[in-house]
Amino acid sequence: MASQARKSALLFSGSDWDFAKLSRVYDEIETIGVEELRLDIYPVQMEVISSEQMLDAYSSVGMPLMYRHWSFGKHFIYDELLYRKGARGLAYEIVINSNPCIVYLMEENTMALQALVTAHAALGHNHFFKNNHLFRQWTDAGGILSYLDFAKSYIARCEERHGLAAVESILDAAHALMEQGVFRYHRPPKLSSERQREGLRERLEYEERSFNDLWRTLPSSSGKNKPEARDEVLAERKKSLKLPEENLLYFLEKNSLVLEPWQREIVRIVRVVAQYFYPQRQTQVMNEGCATFVHYTIMNLLFDRGRISEGAMLEILRNHSNVVFQPAFDDRRFSGINPYALGLDMMQDIQRISTAPTAEDRDWFPDIAGRGDWRDTLLDAWANHRDESFIHQYLSPALIRKWRLFVLADGADEPHYQVASIHNERGYRKIRSALAHSYEIGAKRPDIEVVDVDLLGDRHLRLRHNVKNGILLDGESRDATLRHIRRLWGYDVSLAAVDAETGAMLSERSTKEL
Amino acid sequence: MPIFIDRRLNPKDKSLGNRQRFLKRAREELKRSIRDRVRAGGIADLDREHAVPIPRKGTSEPTFSDAKDSGRRQHILPGNKTFNSGDLVPKPSGGGGAGASAPGTTESEDDFRFVLSREEVLDLFFEDLELPDLVKLSLKQMLSFKPKRAGFAASGAPTNINVGRTMRNSHGRRIALRRPKRAEVEALARQIAELEAKPPNARTHERIVALREELDRLERRRRRIAYVDPVDIRFNRFDPQPRPNASAVMFCLMDVSGSMGEREKDLAKRFFVLLHLFLTRRYERTEIVFIRHTHEAKEVDEHTFFYHTQSGGTVVSTALEEMHRIIEERYPASEWNIYAAQASDGDNFATDSERCIELLDRRLMRLCQYFAYVEIIDERESHIFGSTENGTSLWRAYNAVDQKWPSFQMRRIAAPADIYPVFRELFARQPDLRKSA
Repeated sequence: MASQARKSALLFSGSDWDFAKLSRVYDEIETIGVEELRLDIYPVQMEVISSEQMLDAYSSVGMPLMYRHWSFGKHFIYDELLYRKGARGLAYEIVINSNPCIVYLMEENTMALQALVTAHAALGHNHFFKNNHLFRQWTDAGGILSYLDFAKSYIARCEERHGLAAVESILDAAHALMEQGVFRYHRPPKLSSERQREGLRERLEYEERSFNDLWRTLPSSSGKNKPEARDEVLAERKKSLKLPEENLLYFLEKNSLVLEPWQREIVRIVRVVAQYFYPQRQTQVMNEGCATFVHYTIMNLLFDRGRISEGAMLEILRNHSNVVFQPAFDDRRFSGINPYALGLDMMQDIQRISTAPTAEDRDWFPDIAGRGDWRDTLLDAWANHRDESFIHQYLSPALIRKWRLFVLADGADEPHYQVASIHNERGYRKIRSALAHSYEIGAKRPDIEVVDVDLLGDRHLRLRHNVKNGILLDGESRDATLRHIRRLWGYDVSLAAVDAETGAMLSERSTKEL
Repeated sequence: MPIFIDRRLNPKDKSLGNRQRFLKRAREELKRSIRDRVRAGGIADLDREHAVPIPRKGTSEPTFSDAKDSGRRQHILPGNKTFNSGDLVPKPSGGGGAGASAPGTTESEDDFRFVLSREEVLDLFFEDLELPDLVKLSLKQMLSFKPKRAGFAASGAPTNINVGRTMRNSHGRRIALRRPKRAEVEALARQIAELEAKPPNARTHERIVALREELDRLERRRRRIAYVDPVDIRFNRFDPQPRPNASAVMFCLMDVSGSMGEREKDLAKRFFVLLHLFLTRRYERTEIVFIRHTHEAKEVDEHTFFYHTQSGGTVVSTALEEMHRIIEERYPASEWNIYAAQASDGDNFATDSERCIELLDRRLMRLCQYFAYVEIIDERESHIFGSTENGTSLWRAYNAVDQKWPSFQMRRIAAPADIYPVFRELFARQPDLRKSA
């Protein structure tokens, strides 16, 4: 009798899925997510796609709409090869930070996997996108799809009008600077709506039509040629350019003297795409950890309530443990720290500290230890942290011991590494801050900014690379990238490597030498 | 309740445009791969898909990135087993290894090969041959098929119903199942009508009832046994038949004496490949015969033909004689379309040219559909010899044949782009040209 009741309570049986089952499972999962975990999500739009379409989506950086560029074709070939050779499975889902939140489900997944994916993406990622402060402030979930639609058709129109080669060369150059094309410290302007952009374009076109060369011949105000006045003008112009500027794409878009309006627009499109992905790169551990924690918790709840069968649960757990597998550093399979594993472990650790703290935990986390309401703590962490601050705040000694983390100091000119810290009293804090620091995007990529441009002279654009810890740039790719900048700027460009601590000039490379 | 959208039916290959852009970008490198393939592979191999290495040049995406060999870094790694702080760990040589120094770089990208479709391969092959577009198109076309009647089938499209055969089946079935004929039923009805017209009595009444029952039975039987049943229906069956319903043999003749170097052989090979492509499009079956010669000629396999050199003088007529012998032996002109392609650097034994003329004029040109001769010359010579009549002894001799036979073509080539004009005549011909022997 009991087993019968249990059987009828199952949400699904067998491995085949259909839309009725998907819908039933989604409703159940959403109820649990909202009631038990107090998640707050965007409405969900689930799209079922085939594996070929999944490959397509991969190559265009996971977005459903993207402009055309050869580099996406190249990535597609790589992805397809890896997939065909079996070197890599396809992701079970792709989720897009938009409103409504779009979740792609692969048609090949079994019903158990679809349930897992639903909990992972439609609840976990969705909640994170909607609530994390980085996403709230820096991306516009409501506008991204219509913006990409505009970008795709705009670039297609440019290709028709100006030729493939011209558009391609601008895109190549802009892609090379994508890393340097984001605002890190102040908030980017909101994506303007279609209508506003339309208005702007009309204005640009009007300016193009109504250009009058006569204005140029008007005599300038007197006194402009005196030397001190010239200095003043120069200083003023530098000030008006807001130098130094870390967002190279933004600087070039606004100030390049050679770009035509359509070229500026293309640079802008690339910049907007780069900016859109910036929060995702800062919150990899948290985002995946949140989604993994949510699916793990929800799936276990469903199983405990008898809503999914043992067979399905076994399949779910098998996939789950594949995802959170973390090999040790000397394992052949090791390829860095798995964000899924680290995120999930930290969040489960928070759960443990809240409910069953040890004396050590009370010492380290007096605010949350033993308070019992792990949900609030997690919701708060999901909303207000990025990877760096999250690790700084919540990585516990217990977890460092469990992972047996250690720090290797690596000097390029020394023949060996030195073990700097291990999981002991002296090492906990050092390991924690070192790990947190390694998730700081600003520390991971070269810090390059525009410092000066001699607008009245030869218009030479000067960039500065702030060298931290003596880490220089790779020569070959640096030269190639400088050539791209020259293409966008139109005049010579030089890059000075300056030691960030001592201020000593280490080297300088100019496009004149190339 | 979420919104569900089934996108599986959406068009695939969304990134096809990106792929084409990528191929265009990497054109030079891919072209080189295909050229190497032509050089290394067989003549008949070109006409299909090929896996090529992913091109690297021109497709790098540079960004500012850290130099691996400078500065001080910290690596945070899991799974410490024996280390204590202060320990020194030797660096693994050659990167990778302990995973500390940028894992993932160990996998060489050179191992990656991706598949170019047949269409893309041919595009790349055609590129510097300067073929007219129409010719490219016809070479890329797969064999065209023509439906040919081939008996009957029990299933098919309604338009293909064969009425005669269907009715024959229906007739046979009606006889076998003894379906009452209309005439029988009508006779019975007439009988009843006659009886009913007479004044009624008990006997006629009985008879009428019996007849009515019989009529009923017949009509029921007629209803049950259809006049034309689905099992009777037969359709005309068509078999797709390849349109060019003939066989061709292609003779490749080449001088392999020492004067033919790599460049000459490479050009010659492309010349042969092009002719072969043309023949496979037009004929259902194409065979290739390789004859190489120095002062003596021999039929050899493809590999020997292209890669083995042989020392000796040059007597062209031996190759022509060998070709003639093979035709007599294996390829009767009444059954085979015979094409010949000869490549040489023009050298010939002084008195042999007369004999060549005679052989061609008297015998071979009567058998051949087409005889193409290319003389491979140095690029520097190309504008000297350009179009003059004089040249090597073989050239002068062949000139005489050229005057007489329209199906003989000759050309001096120095670059791949020169090859096509040799075939211009051939490609301009009507496709339905058949040997009328």
